[in-house]
Amino acid sequence: MDNATDSVGPPLWLLCELTYRCPLHCVFCYNPVNFNSVENELDTEGWLRVLNQSRELGSVQCGFSGGEPLLRDDLEILVTEAHQLGFYTNLLTSGVGLTEARTTALKEAGLDHIQLSFQDSTKELNDFLSHTKTFDLKHKVARIIADHEIPMVLNCVIHRLNIDYIENIIEMAIELGAECLELANTQFYSWAKVNQEHLLPSKEQLVRAEKITNEYRDKYSDKIRIIFVVPDYYETRPKKCMNGWGNVFLTISPDGTALPCHTASMLPGAAFPSVNDHSIEDIWYHSEGFNRFRGDAWMKEPCRSCPEKENDLGGCRCQAYMLAGDPAAADPVCDKSSEHGKVQQAVEKAQIPAEQQKTEHPLVFRDAKSSQKLEEDGVVF
Amino acid sequence: MSTESTISIDAQQVASVAKPYKLQFEKAQDSWVLLYPEGMVKLNGPAGEILQRCDGKKNIESVVDELEAAFEQKGLLKDVIAFLEIALDKRWVALSAPVEHG
Repeated sequence: MDNATDSVGPPLWLLCELTYRCPLHCVFCYNPVNFNSVENELDTEGWLRVLNQSRELGSVQCGFSGGEPLLRDDLEILVTEAHQLGFYTNLLTSGVGLTEARTTALKEAGLDHIQLSFQDSTKELNDFLSHTKTFDLKHKVARIIADHEIPMVLNCVIHRLNIDYIENIIEMAIELGAECLELANTQFYSWAKVNQEHLLPSKEQLVRAEKITNEYRDKYSDKIRIIFVVPDYYETRPKKCMNGWGNVFLTISPDGTALPCHTASMLPGAAFPSVNDHSIEDIWYHSEGFNRFRGDAWMKEPCRSCPEKENDLGGCRCQAYMLAGDPAAADPVCDKSSEHGKVQQAVEKAQIPAEQQKTEHPLVFRDAKSSQKLEEDGVVF
Repeated sequence: MSTESTISIDAQQVASVAKPYKLQFEKAQDSWVLLYPEGMVKLNGPAGEILQRCDGKKNIESVVDELEAAFEQKGLLKDVIAFLEIALDKRWVALSAPVEHG
């Protein structure tokens, strides 16, 4: 036994990002902006190895996400293996491609849970609000999931363009029979960062949405559990990102790169290890990438001497890098950060009514062409 | 946890782990755990011993009999019921009517 193994717990949460391919073009997608240049998806054998090695190490939750994981035709094989190994298996999907036949197969494979997301990128926003295409698809998929008695959580990314329709979203979730609805305010990484000025809601919008959410919580407490994730730009202390770096979460990206969180590939420094070259045990306990921000020895001021440092561990390393230019800096969401002004500036701008706001560029939809252009422009997040 | 629980549990009833929870022994945790969507409850020793016997087949009385035999103790019914009240409140378990034999 060595010391690292003694002090660090197992990667309880394994997230398998099976592919970056996706039929959708969401403006808030958290896949890297350069997803288009990622090639060589891990093959079935590679994923089976990941599942076996992680489970051996003590992982218990396994999420299959993407992109759209249903685009992998070996999904059923992977769910079967994960289930047999004793994982609690979660599928994170847009529902596109979740047919009756595949749902039956996934249920037989031992799938425990589905997180179904609304993908109301603004191209579809009208459909969504007018209860046409999106509603029909969601309704169909949700019914299939319910018929197969697979527990379901609905997830809707909330932002400036849909937050005023929050009651419609909650009503729809109730109608679809979800036992839980996650209203996740956009976190500003990747494509959402590119589109931030279009997506950050005003304080007024946020207060109204929370008030309505609470009213629904009271009214339907026996029917549905509603989780409301506040956008951290409106906080004065950062979130305890991923519950600590290399503490619980292990993400494997489509090409086999292992990451402490799904956006960490943006960070400067040595490349993160790949499951093609190393075992999960080596990666989790011994790699430089996973040890980089463990504990608090890496912290700088104001975090290092902060009495609250254990509460949030300095916040998010990616946000520190994006806003302060240094992944070891305090997350600028914290009002003790010298860069907190940048967050305040963005928040101030969000208070300007849409019709008076001058934006730098129109909404950028997540697609191959934009990905290529952003990469050429040197955008890293 | 409220001590004035309104739930009344009858020892003839049958308890089972409720959906979406899944009970299993975790070697890495050296304990029984309940898994649920995106989370895990690590159970203490007695909770694990009780829940692993709540198989949806035997009634609570039989669960108590088994525990008393396994641990060479008497009078565990009260403790088991007290735990199941908490577990019901947390929706970890579901109760069904006594199983008909014959």
